[in-house]
Amino acid sequence: MNAKTVPSLSITRRNALRLGMVGAAGMMLPNWLATKAAGALDPLKAKAKSVIQLWLWGGPCHLDTFDPKPDAGYDYFGKYDKPVATNVNGIRIGQELVKLAKMADKYSLLRGMTHGNGGHETASYMVMTGNKPADGIVNPSVGAVLSYKKGYSAGYTGLIPPYVALTKPQGRFSEAGFLGAKYQPFSTGGDPAKTPFAVEGVIADGISDERQQKRRELLGNLDTFSRTLEGQQIIEKMTKNKQDAYSLILGEAKNTFDLSKEPEALRKAYGQHTLGQSCLQARKLVEAGVPFVSINAQGWDTHKKHFEMMSQMLPQLDSALSTLLQDLSDRGLLDTTIVWCGGEFGRTPKIDWSAPWSGGRSHYGKAFSHLIAGGGFKGGQVVGETSLRGEEVVSRPIYPWDLTASIYEQLGIDPNGALPTPDGKLAFISPLADKTVKIESGGLLREIM
Amino acid sequence: MKQMLQVVLIASVFVALCGRGQAASVKRIDALVREKQTQTGFPPSDICSDSVFVRRAYIDVIGTLPTADEVRRFLSNRNLNKRAELIDELLQRPEFADYWALKWCDLLRVKSEFPSNLWPNAVQAYQYWVRDAFKHNMPYDQFARALLTTSGSNFRDAPVNFYRPFQERTPRKIFDTVALIFMGVRLDKFGWTEEQMLGMDAFFAKIAYKKTAEWKEEVVYSDPEKKMIHPVTKEEVRPTPLGGVPLNLDPFADPRIAFADWLVAPDNPWFAQNIVNRIWFWLMGQGIIHEADDIRPDNKPWSPELLAYLRKELVDNKYDLKHIYRLILNSDAYQYSSIMTPENSGDIAGFSHYRARRLDAEVLIDAICQITGTGEEYSSPIPEPFTYIPASQRTVLLADGSIKSQFLEMFGRPGRDNSLESDRNNSVSVFQTLHLLNSSHIQKKIMNGPRLRKLMTSCQGNPERVNLLYLEILSRMPAPQEQKIALDYMATAEGGSSAGFYDLAWALINTSEFILKH
Repeated sequence: MNAKTVPSLSITRRNALRLGMVGAAGMMLPNWLATKAAGALDPLKAKAKSVIQLWLWGGPCHLDTFDPKPDAGYDYFGKYDKPVATNVNGIRIGQELVKLAKMADKYSLLRGMTHGNGGHETASYMVMTGNKPADGIVNPSVGAVLSYKKGYSAGYTGLIPPYVALTKPQGRFSEAGFLGAKYQPFSTGGDPAKTPFAVEGVIADGISDERQQKRRELLGNLDTFSRTLEGQQIIEKMTKNKQDAYSLILGEAKNTFDLSKEPEALRKAYGQHTLGQSCLQARKLVEAGVPFVSINAQGWDTHKKHFEMMSQMLPQLDSALSTLLQDLSDRGLLDTTIVWCGGEFGRTPKIDWSAPWSGGRSHYGKAFSHLIAGGGFKGGQVVGETSLRGEEVVSRPIYPWDLTASIYEQLGIDPNGALPTPDGKLAFISPLADKTVKIESGGLLREIM
Repeated sequence: MKQMLQVVLIASVFVALCGRGQAASVKRIDALVREKQTQTGFPPSDICSDSVFVRRAYIDVIGTLPTADEVRRFLSNRNLNKRAELIDELLQRPEFADYWALKWCDLLRVKSEFPSNLWPNAVQAYQYWVRDAFKHNMPYDQFARALLTTSGSNFRDAPVNFYRPFQERTPRKIFDTVALIFMGVRLDKFGWTEEQMLGMDAFFAKIAYKKTAEWKEEVVYSDPEKKMIHPVTKEEVRPTPLGGVPLNLDPFADPRIAFADWLVAPDNPWFAQNIVNRIWFWLMGQGIIHEADDIRPDNKPWSPELLAYLRKELVDNKYDLKHIYRLILNSDAYQYSSIMTPENSGDIAGFSHYRARRLDAEVLIDAICQITGTGEEYSSPIPEPFTYIPASQRTVLLADGSIKSQFLEMFGRPGRDNSLESDRNNSVSVFQTLHLLNSSHIQKKIMNGPRLRKLMTSCQGNPERVNLLYLEILSRMPAPQEQKIALDYMATAEGGSSAGFYDLAWALINTSEFILKH
C-alpha cells in the first residue's frame, strides 16, 4: 500500500511527497508537478529504451531451468540429473537449455527471487507490478508504467501502441491498474506462427486494401451523425481515432507485423511455434520503437505430466530465447533492450509422485528464478543462491520490487517517482520509495547494473 | 415553436397518464432545472425526436438496444403519452434488474479473484441477490440494511459478501467503503476528524469471519468479544454517529444494526441524497453533485434545490428507486436533444442538452450480438474444472468481474477494484476503433451471424433490407440520401449486393451514432 493520506495540512511539501499523497484538492497540482520533476531521472542516463518480457504464465520450475540442483536427489530433479555447463565458468543451467548454455555471458540469472505467495493471481500481481497487494488500489504493471512514462504523453509517436501483449493479455488482474484503460496493453490476438499473423484490428485476413478503402468511403458517407454533432469533443476524438486507425490498417506500420519477409533461416532458428515467432515479433516491435512488449507464454502451470510437458516446452523456450538474445545482439539492440524472462513463482522442488499428480510440481513462491539480459544489465552473473534442494533462498534474496525498481532505473524512470491515482492521490512507482512502510528487500540489483 | 409544442404535449401527457401527483413532481423538476438554466444563461436544446428517445430510453434504462420491431411499435404508436408509457414498460422489464445489478456489482466489487477474492460460488449468490432486489424493486433502505447487517455464510446469505472484498479487513477500510458507496463520500477528502472517523469505525469493530468445513465457505458474524481500541488512549471507542454522542449499546448487540438505523433514517443527510444524485448521474452522465462519489462541502451541487427535491421524493415515497428513475426519465432535462445550440455549447456542468457518451462495454457487445444474432464465450479458470458461460447469456449478466475478455477490457469495463464511479471508463480510444473497424472478432459476427443472414435472405429487395438494417442498428429509418448511398453501394459492391449488405451493416456499426448513446 503506497497511497497514503497526509494526516494534516501542516506537513511540509517534501514530506507530502514522501508520503506519496496530497491532502487538499488545492494542493494537488503544484505538488504533482513538483513530484513529476523530482521523479524524473536524467533520461540521458537511461541505459535501456525497451523491455521484452517473456512471461512464463503459470510458473516454470527453477530446478528444471535456471537453478538446477543435481545433488538434491531424484525426488527433486527427476529426470533432469545432468545440468549443462555454460560458456561462463561455474554456471550451469537446466539440461534442456543447451542453446542458452552457449551464451550465458549475455544474461544473468536471478536465483534469489522470492515473495512467498503461492496463488497465481496474487503472485502475478506482485511480480508484474512490483507491489504488494493492498486495499483500494491496484497498481499498474511495469508495462503500463512504461506506457505512461514513455508513451504518447511522453513524446512517443509510433502508430503501434507503446505496450503490446503477444498475443493475449496476462489477465489475472487489470494490467493498467489505477492508470486506467489508456495504458492497457494492446493485445494482438492471432498467432504469429501463422501466415498472415492476423493482428486483431490491424491485419484483417481476406479483406484487400481496395475493399478497405471502399468500406472506409462508405462509412464516411454514412456517418451523418458525426457531422450533426461536429465540434463536440467526443466526436472530434472519434474522428481522429478513425484516421489513426486507418493509418495503421493501410499504412507502413502493418509491415512491422509481417513476419513473412524475415529470412527463413532466422524464423526457423526462433522456432516454428507461437513462442518462437512471438519472440521474433517482439524484436521487430522493439526495432520499431515500442517500449514494452510482453509475451504471455502459457502452459507452465504443470501440476501433472510435468516432465512430459517440460521436454516439449523447454526446447521451445531454449530456441526462442537464445535466438532472441543473439538477434538483438547482432542488431546492436541488446544494449538498449531489457529481456526479462520468468513467471509468477517457481514450482515445488519436491516432485509429487502420488496420484493424481503422478510426477507433478505445485506452486512455489518461496524461491524461484528469473533471467535478465541487456539494457545495461551485465551478463554472465548469478544473483542470489538457493539451498541444496532449491527450497529457500540462502543468500541475496530478490523481491519482485527489487527487480522492478532496478528495471525502472535502467530505463531512466526513478522508482521513487510517483503516479497519479484516480481519486486524486499519488502513489509511488516502487513501494521501496515509501519510507513509512517496512517492506522486505534485498536491494536493487547493483551487482549487475 | 416546435419545442414549445412538444413541451406542452409532454406536459399534457403526464396529467393524462401518471396521475396528478407524479406529473406535478415532474413539473417541479422541470421548473427547478429551467430556473437554473436561466440563472446560468444556457437555454436548453430541443426535446429529442421519438426515434432518438426510444433508443436512448432502452439503452439507459435496460442497457439493451431496441429491436427493429420495438422501434417500429413505438414510432407508430399514436398515443400522446407514449414516452411515459414506454418508461413504465421498461422499468418493469427483467433487463432493468439485470442492468442495474451490473452497476451495483461494480460498486460492490463483485469478483472471484484478486483483489476482491469473493470466490465464484459467492459471486453467483451475491449477484443473484442484487438482481433479485432490483427485480422486486426492494425499497432502497431495506437494500442497504440487508447489505450492512446480514450475518451468515457467503454462499447462503449472499449480502454478507458486502464485508468480504477487502485485502485488509479493518474497521477503517470497511467504513471507507461504506461511506463511499452509501454516502458518496471519500473519507480522505471530506474533512472529518480522526476522532469522528474512529467513532464511525467502531460500528464495524465487531465484524468477524470464520471458515467452515466447506471449501471456501466463510461465515461473517458479529463477535461481542471484539472491541475498538483507541490508538492513543488505548481505551475502548464506542460507536458514535457523525455529529452525535457515543452510543450505549448492549455489549452483545451487533453495532452494525445501530449503524444501519442511523444511516437510513429519513433525516440522515447523506443516504438518500447520495442515491438520487447517483441515479441522476447514471442517467444524465453528470451528477447534480459531480463527481457523484465525491460529496464534500466544497463540491457544490449544480442546483441544491433540485437535489433536495429529489431527495425528499425518495424519502416520501418509501425509498422507491423506480419512482426516482421515473421522475428523471419523464423530465425535460432527460429528454433534451444531444445537439447543442450556439447558446448552450459552453454548458459543461449543466443540463441544457443530453450528453452523448459511449455505450458501456457490456451494453455495446450485447448490442452487436443482438444485431448479428451471435453470443460471446466467457470462461472462468477457477475452480477447476473450468466454468464455461453459455454463449446465449448476455454480457450484462456476467456476474464475475474476474471473468474477462479483450473486448471488455478494451472498452473500459471497471476492474471492480475501488468502488469508484470512475473505475468504469467510457472514453474512446484508437484500440476500440481498430477493433470495431477491423478485428476478426467483429468481422466474424457480421459475416457469420445468423440474424443478419436471415435479414438478408428474408427481405424482399434491397430498399427493405436497408430500412431494416437502419432500424436494427440505428433504431431509425434511413434518410432518403442515406438510402441512396446504401443502395448504390450494394448495387456496385465487389462480390454482389450480399457482400454489400454486410459491408453496410459493418459501416452502420462503426458510425458514432451507433457507438454512442445520444
